Amino acid sequence: MLDSKIPAGTLDDKWTKYKGSVKLVNPANKRKLEVIIVGTGLAGSSAAASLGEMGYKVKAFCFQDSPRRAHSIAAQGGINAAKNYQNDGDSVYRLFYDTIKGGDYRSREANVHRLAEVSTNIIDQCVAQGVPFAREYGGLLSNRSFGGTQVQRTFYAAGQTGQQLLIGAYQALERQVALGTVEMFARHEMVELVIIDGKARGIIARNLVTGELERHFAHAVLLCTGGYGNVFYLSTNAMGSNVTAAWKAHKKGAYFANPCFTQIHPTCIPVSGDHQSKLTLMSESLRNDGRIWVPVKQGDTRNPNDIPESERDYYLERRYPAFGNLVPRDVASRAAKERCDAGYGVGSSKQAVYLDYAAAIQRYGKAEVSKNNLGNISAEEITQLGRDVVKEKYGNLFTMYEKITGENPYNVPMRIYPAVHYTMGGLWVDYELKTTIDGLYALGEANFSDHGANRLGASALMQGLADGYFVIPYTLGNYLSDDIGTGLIPTDHPAFVEAEHTASERINKLMSIKGTKTVESFHKRLGKIIWNECGMARSEAGLKKAIKDLADLKQEFWSDVRIPGEINEMNPELDKAGRVADFIELGQLMCLDALERNESCGGHFREEYQTPDGEALRDDTNYMYVAAWENKPDGWNLHKENLVYEIVKPSQRSYK
Amino acid sequence: MQHYSMNLKLNVWRQKNSIDAGHFETYDVNDISSEMSFLEMIDVLNERMIAEGKSPIAFDHDCREGICGMCSMVIDGRPHGPWEGTTTCQLHMRAFKDGDVITVEPFRANAFPVVKDLMVNRGAFDRIIQAGGYVSVNTGNAVDGNSIPVEKDKADDAFAAASCIGCGACVAACKNASAMLFVSAKVSHLALLPQGEPEKRQRVKSMIAQMDKEGFGSCTNTYACEAECPKEISVLNIARLNREYLHSSLSGDFE
Repeated sequence: MLDSKIPAGTLDDKWTKYKGSVKLVNPANKRKLEVIIVGTGLAGSSAAASLGEMGYKVKAFCFQDSPRRAHSIAAQGGINAAKNYQNDGDSVYRLFYDTIKGGDYRSREANVHRLAEVSTNIIDQCVAQGVPFAREYGGLLSNRSFGGTQVQRTFYAAGQTGQQLLIGAYQALERQVALGTVEMFARHEMVELVIIDGKARGIIARNLVTGELERHFAHAVLLCTGGYGNVFYLSTNAMGSNVTAAWKAHKKGAYFANPCFTQIHPTCIPVSGDHQSKLTLMSESLRNDGRIWVPVKQGDTRNPNDIPESERDYYLERRYPAFGNLVPRDVASRAAKERCDAGYGVGSSKQAVYLDYAAAIQRYGKAEVSKNNLGNISAEEITQLGRDVVKEKYGNLFTMYEKITGENPYNVPMRIYPAVHYTMGGLWVDYELKTTIDGLYALGEANFSDHGANRLGASALMQGLADGYFVIPYTLGNYLSDDIGTGLIPTDHPAFVEAEHTASERINKLMSIKGTKTVESFHKRLGKIIWNECGMARSEAGLKKAIKDLADLKQEFWSDVRIPGEINEMNPELDKAGRVADFIELGQLMCLDALERNESCGGHFREEYQTPDGEALRDDTNYMYVAAWENKPDGWNLHKENLVYEIVKPSQRSYK
Repeated sequence: MQHYSMNLKLNVWRQKNSIDAGHFETYDVNDISSEMSFLEMIDVLNERMIAEGKSPIAFDHDCREGICGMCSMVIDGRPHGPWEGTTTCQLHMRAFKDGDVITVEPFRANAFPVVKDLMVNRGAFDRIIQAGGYVSVNTGNAVDGNSIPVEKDKADDAFAAASCIGCGACVAACKNASAMLFVSAKVSHLALLPQGEPEKRQRVKSMIAQMDKEGFGSCTNTYACEAECPKEISVLNIARLNREYLHSSLSGDFE
């Protein structure tokens, strides 16, 4: 039976009470306790820095050449916090409520409330580290809006908020490296989890430069390894983002929760051809000012600037007048797909809609005229003033769009289409962020807990840093306080020997196949299957077919993949092969989970279950649970954690 | 924009590991679309080489959207290639035409040893940050984010400096392989903000000392770094660093 260990008490009192009564570890004992952290994005870096500051001996691992490269760096738009600096009615409760509703009532109330509570501390912490957030002329912090909310609670640093937050956490991490509390292992990948007497006690890591396998002991292991969006091949994730560490843990007993809850982001640059290796996000913040439309006429090939206002369909504003262009991501993505499938798409592929800044440029231009008393100036000059304002707010995004497409978005509307961006599913964790394996924790996007079936914009950064800075420093002590007598377990323990042997056997097997098809070709085929059958729309028949196709693909992979080079050298193809092999298995579980969930909710849209106007139709009577999957030699067992809503009353989500 | 297809010749630096002497090899790559990114063009070449049983070209890359700083490469003598303010991963093949011969090398500097082919070790940058590129504040000690107003101009300048992605193009562009632009961007970012103020004197001294220790060269103000920086970090940061360093050195005598 899954025990989420939610503390007793009223919702807004749980975390305070927990912190006040949790077991502590004294400073002398902390020095004797070792913690392994895998991944150095926002969750991993912030956890490593905080635990190092507290006195634990930390070993941090990342596959990139420096911890600063982790993919949190690419987050663009911002980070939410219930500061209510704008005096627009925000509060901890409202951030909590928006997140629960945005997640379509499939997340855990207690976790989400804690997230909203610590959100304000995150902003303070980051400012203190020197994170250069955007500011107003009075010197105070600036805010903007994101989807699924009606307040302005998003803090930002141009379109590079993730970069600035990660650099802050990275610097805090490097400070601990200098102080000797954190040891950093870059270009290392976790390839096995080591379990001794039912507890996570270390990892086998592969040194990606030499190919050697290394044994690392710790009293506890934290997986901060991000999401699994690259199962789709094309996504906004970095090329190296992978599920391998989480998957190894899953195979050793950690339950995997809600794998079919994946987020398709509505505003990305469309695919341009078969050569495409990844997709690029255009921040949700652009929906603050940009308007989304398609032509009223099907198959209209006119230049967008030649299509008059009366022949444009601003379909989000039409369908969702209360939230307009700022509906949540799942809703906006489905609406774009609906228009394109119905034949209103634009661009050469017809798989795109317009994101238009013309009106915003005029509005800002006129505001500048008024603010600076410019009276008599030409229309061109007003446009230029407006462009300058837009450039200050979103300049790097506009530049990126132009580099990729060759078109200037200040002059013509951007073409955008939904793309895989984030995964709400992940390793099942309890209130303390502990997985079903004792001593193994999952933080940030790697866990499942806070976003339900759909994440709201600017909440991923919030969750990663909440878990790392403000949650794990308390909850880890509650576990390690019972472990102060354990001492160091030597890495010649049979469990380490066996885990290394398993990893080594698998690598040898991969290299010995010597087949005919490249790793990349398998990854592309995997992505096509998942995108077509477990993407924006899913059906029973499609999922059943995908499960069969994936079984075939897995078999073909293990009999016909070709990996060049040697084991004991830098071999990126071998690294990739291990990751793709795990993605194929994860894909099977995603489809199984999607098939089992006979309802639509958030990003999980089963075609059979929709309202008459095409919205997601939940089934709270039968599916108000977290699906936590246990890996078995011959498949998976489903465990259910029933979701109990004490405060929020689930209802049909409406943004109209 | 008109799309086109091109045939190219690539001269690529191949080096098995950090001990190997390394050499150039030439490859023909055909039917490359102007829509592709530069790295996607190399993906095409690598896929073909794997099919032919040859060793693919190793290169660093991750986000492919110009922000992680992992991609490197010197393309036709320029770090990150011909486009201004652009990382290699954001460089698109529109920059080239049919029949071009393109030379691709790793970033070259004593402090950046080659790992394999086009990959280098930039760990020296992390060690420079360890020497003082931070604010010494532990988690949980922060006051309210709005308790200290920061002039917008200073916040904007700090942000511009902080947008450095730590790729090392400044070092690769410099004839002395100096890391001055990288170091100055971090010194400026933190010195401009009230939060970084208390440690600014010690920070600049420690970071400069570490830079020297890593074997980076001296700055002789050629500004090649600014010209090649994919994030267009300004050399004004170097002037700011020099000022901070001078203050730091002078104040040491009096305090």
